[in-house]
Amino acid sequence: MLYSEKVLDHFSNPRNVGEIEDADGVGEIGNAKCGDIMKMYLKIDDGIITDAKFKTFGCGAAIATSSMATELIKGKSIDDALKLTNQAVVEALDGLPAVKIHCSVLAEQAVRSALSDYYTRQGIDPLPIVGEIHEPEE
Amino acid sequence: MDKRFIYADNAATTAVSEEVLNAMLPHFRTAYGNASSIYKLGRDAQRDVEEARAKVAKALGADPKEIFFTSCGSESDNWAIKCTAERLAKKGKKHIITSVFEHHAVLHTCEYLEKQGFEVTYIPVSDKGLIDPEDVKNAIREDTALVTIMYANNEIGTIQPIEEIAAICKEKKVLFHTDAVQAVGHIDIDVHKQGIDMLSLSGHKIHAQKGIGALYVRKGIVLPNLIHGGGQERGKRAGTENVPAIVGLGVAMEIACTGIAERNAKILPKRERLIDGLLKLPYTRLNGDREKRLPGNLNISFEGLEGESLLLMLDNYGICGSSGSACTSGSLDPSHVLLSIGLKHEIAHGSLRLSIEDDVTDEDVDYILEVMPTIVERLRSMSPVWERMMKGEAYE
Repeated sequence: MLYSEKVLDHFSNPRNVGEIEDADGVGEIGNAKCGDIMKMYLKIDDGIITDAKFKTFGCGAAIATSSMATELIKGKSIDDALKLTNQAVVEALDGLPAVKIHCSVLAEQAVRSALSDYYTRQGIDPLPIVGEIHEPEE
Repeated sequence: MDKRFIYADNAATTAVSEEVLNAMLPHFRTAYGNASSIYKLGRDAQRDVEEARAKVAKALGADPKEIFFTSCGSESDNWAIKCTAERLAKKGKKHIITSVFEHHAVLHTCEYLEKQGFEVTYIPVSDKGLIDPEDVKNAIREDTALVTIMYANNEIGTIQPIEEIAAICKEKKVLFHTDAVQAVGHIDIDVHKQGIDMLSLSGHKIHAQKGIGALYVRKGIVLPNLIHGGGQERGKRAGTENVPAIVGLGVAMEIACTGIAERNAKILPKRERLIDGLLKLPYTRLNGDREKRLPGNLNISFEGLEGESLLLMLDNYGICGSSGSACTSGSLDPSHVLLSIGLKHEIAHGSLRLSIEDDVTDEDVDYILEVMPTIVERLRSMSPVWERMMKGEAYE
């Protein structure tokens, strides 16, 4: 199984690892049984994601996709973040092995989960805006 | 601290040794004859193949006529199990006994036979990774065709009570096969003394090349032919002999099965130091019995982190190891071996296997023990599972 240089770079030097204490939205996806959990923290001002951090329990691809996803949404508007697809994460990492594509889906869903939490905290029903969050199957 | 390169994955494969390579080289360019040819070049090749067969036999305490060369351990397993099953099915014996934590070469072969109408009993293993011979005894039936139990487990290195199981099988008149791919060269094996009917081994685990293995079949056992064609391997496994690989295997077996105790005396203290050092880290456990274990093997679970990322970080530090995590296999389930000894999925995911040989130095051990805490702490610091563990929350 071959990881691209970019995946290895984001694994070895992950961007935005950690927590945001006063986060405006926190999302978590996955389960330890399957071997992947991603937790994402967002700071949002005026509809702009001013900071994003993550914590991930998982394989190299899980850590790299989390890292890349936070990079791709930082400084972007919520609307842009909602348009983030797993495919965009894969492309930004110069590809992923087929068995690791699910990690990019987790990263995409972790972002949506955090945005969903943001809307809930605002007293807004997230479902019409963010849609359903898909948990991985066991 | 200078970066080192430490190969600690000898259970996965080994480097071809200089002695093996030197023995093989002439067979590519000068002594390249077909062992079936009548002229000298061919006869020489045949002689070298037979010399290698004698070396393999001697290393196992067998007769040369009992050794058949194959392409790998998996082929040996498939041959012994499938062909025995097919033969004895005609006598109404359609039951096979194996264990839950065999290598997939055995497990998937048994699953295939189940689809062909065979019944398979999977013997459980204890939380120490050991099989109780009594369980084997109790599982044997009138229609049992074969018992196949691995000599030593590939992931946790636990050594099974092979002689006791062989004695039970002899008493019950059931054939006994053992996958000894991980054991050969690491513990003394004498197939005749130990009452083993069939034994699989692989070359690349003992410093021969990849793509060569052997099957020992005790004299008197009828094993149907695997590959139909020419008369190679006494007609049982047709196909022009891979002379260089066979010659290499002979030399590798000779070296691997000589001086085992002396080598182990060098390896064991280093392995023990590694285990003690790694278990000092919090939330760790050693998987598999500590005593009844291959001398170079250690398998440790680190809670709150995932095995593949651990391997990648070790790789960044120049250390090669292996893991029971799902991610290394491409499935969502972690190692069936670790689950079989009762580990929870989330703990099995965070496991590390190191398999060292006598080339590992004390400085290498120091280095591993120095970098591991850093790696483990780093991965745990970014793990939401660890975060919850530290808060005392459940994480399922």
